[in-house]
Amino acid sequence: MTAHRDVAIVAFAQTRHRARTEELSEVEMLMPVLHEVLARTGLKTSDIGFTCSGSSDYLAGRPFSFTMALDGVGAWPPIAESHVEQDGAWALYEAWVKILTGEADTALVYGYGKSSPGPLRDVLTRQLDPYYLAPLWPDSVALAALQAQALLDAGDTDERDLAAIAARNRDNATANPFAQLPGARPQGDYVVRPLRTGDCAPVGDGAAAVILAAGDTARALCDRPAWIRGMDHRVEPHALGVRDLTDSPSTRLAATRAGAFDRPVDTAELHAPFTAQEVVLRKALSLGDDVRINPSGGPLAANPVMAAGLIRLGEAAARIHRGASDRALAHATSGPCLQQNLVAVLEGEPRDR
Amino acid sequence: MSDVLKAPLVVEFPFTRSLGPVQSAFLTGLRERTVLGVRTGDGRILVPPVEYDPHTAEELRDLVEVAPTGTVTTWAWNPAPRPGQPLDTPFAWALVRLDGADTALLHALDAPGPDAVRTGMRVRIRWAAERTGAITDIACLEPYDGEAAHEVRPHDGVFGNPVTGIVAPARLDYTYTPGRAQSAYLRALAERRTVGERCPSCAKVYVPPRGACPTCGVATTDRVEVGPRGTVTTFCVVNIKAKNLDIEVPYVYAHIALDGAGLALHGRIAGIPYDQVRMGLRVEPVWSDDGRHPDHYQPTGEPDADYDTYKELL
Ligand SMILES: [Zn+2]
Repeated sequence: MTAHRDVAIVAFAQTRHRARTEELSEVEMLMPVLHEVLARTGLKTSDIGFTCSGSSDYLAGRPFSFTMALDGVGAWPPIAESHVEQDGAWALYEAWVKILTGEADTALVYGYGKSSPGPLRDVLTRQLDPYYLAPLWPDSVALAALQAQALLDAGDTDERDLAAIAARNRDNATANPFAQLPGARPQGDYVVRPLRTGDCAPVGDGAAAVILAAGDTARALCDRPAWIRGMDHRVEPHALGVRDLTDSPSTRLAATRAGAFDRPVDTAELHAPFTAQEVVLRKALSLGDDVRINPSGGPLAANPVMAAGLIRLGEAAARIHRGASDRALAHATSGPCLQQNLVAVLEGEPRDR
Repeated sequence: MSDVLKAPLVVEFPFTRSLGPVQSAFLTGLRERTVLGVRTGDGRILVPPVEYDPHTAEELRDLVEVAPTGTVTTWAWNPAPRPGQPLDTPFAWALVRLDGADTALLHALDAPGPDAVRTGMRVRIRWAAERTGAITDIACLEPYDGEAAHEVRPHDGVFGNPVTGIVAPARLDYTYTPGRAQSAYLRALAERRTVGERCPSCAKVYVPPRGACPTCGVATTDRVEVGPRGTVTTFCVVNIKAKNLDIEVPYVYAHIALDGAGLALHGRIAGIPYDQVRMGLRVEPVWSDDGRHPDHYQPTGEPDADYDTYKELL
């Protein structure tokens, strides 16, 4: 889908992601991020045209948990609001469409998740096909490990290559004050072979928020808006055995439709919670060695479920805001083995050189 | 933080699902030790079968029987099985293309160790002793040295007493932590006090506090003791006995604005005939036997509150 109205990410904020946030409720964890992102633009809740959030009841173990988080938005007098039971990246997509269609000029988008209350690997089995898969309780690491072995068998990677991906991401994260696992870590033992502890994203709690704005509003709110040049999301067949797990045609198609291949990007923020998935994404997106991949450290350094994808868009936008990137790709995923994939292309205005 | 309140939270549900014709035939087949696949328009055989072609969305009904033997297409060694998984000893997860099929089925592969597993190895189905028409009728896969057990052949999918639904039990064990504001509220209740929090912006006092003012979207940090007395703002009469609840019907369930609170909370009214409860009735808490929360509210004997004093809290 191509934008007929210029829409940009104008502000981004996130929590310091941590393994546990027991002393905070979800809204208590989220609220400072909402205040921070609003403060960056000087906007108040009443100025926002549309609010959209992403989260999952299964993380909290409670129904309609997102309604509690809404307390942090200031929903009275009534606001235009929506929620996706998905990563906040999909909430951003909905907000983008809302602005493209002219129904709003600004949007507040947030995603949050506390993975610490429940056994995340088991909780995520509840998103699987309920007839043939969920009754077997194949956990998220096991499914990613099947994908990793398929890549090893295909000769697309080896364990040393995977370790190097883990090291590079976490090394990048040393410059990210919000990361949960900055800096080198041992690869550790196999969790589910061939994936070791170091190949897996940490389990933790966190939140993120962005503000979108259209045209001149965006220019007024941000010195260098991160214009969304295109965004698209696609899904694979849900049966794992039907898919070629070494490839991600849905990512490639979403990237094509988002215009990612029209011109080279300098930065890519990839939502790969497992090292082997970065191999799949680099191939699907034809990313060369000249592209800076996950300068934030990516999900291997901080993976608050339901916010990690939105953070990829936010981190890519923030690099454009501060002039570290001119054209960045942001990717978000959802489901087992990169089942669903969203790709956005962000650009800053040309700078005087 | 060691003073964080915690409690186990178990979410448990039997997921009851109906089956379409293809899923019904497949799962009934498993009960009868027969593995069915479905043929797509371009001749591919999908196992496990689906009712619509994942590529063309064409409706699929052409069932075939495939072999209970097959080949591993990828695998992952699981050294520490988790609750609910097919085997409780270390095993391999495997995607297996059964002989005759073009796609792979996920299941557990029972093998002595990772060195005994490889992509391309031959396996066969080990059937569960008791079968009900579910994917778990396949107990697991096991190594098998041999060729396909039989040819692919058409199957009408008809079995006696077909399975038309499944019940998939699910249980997840959480540790619930209520956060800063609700922890303070629960701690105060244990001392038979009720505390709310005041919004620094609009001055409304929330009871129980959730940590944020939904009107202003800011943290409510200013702690305020409210009650213990309050006023019934509205109520209903409950005539149906709830499961696991030892309260005689009819009884009254009411909204109660505690003195000093900016909104009403709910509670049961007792100590007065149900048909004499009214708006404006002044009440006070009667604490539960363990003293950790009000069990119900009873009349104080004061004159009723003036409508104007609580009309904003309705
Ligand atoms: Zn307020």
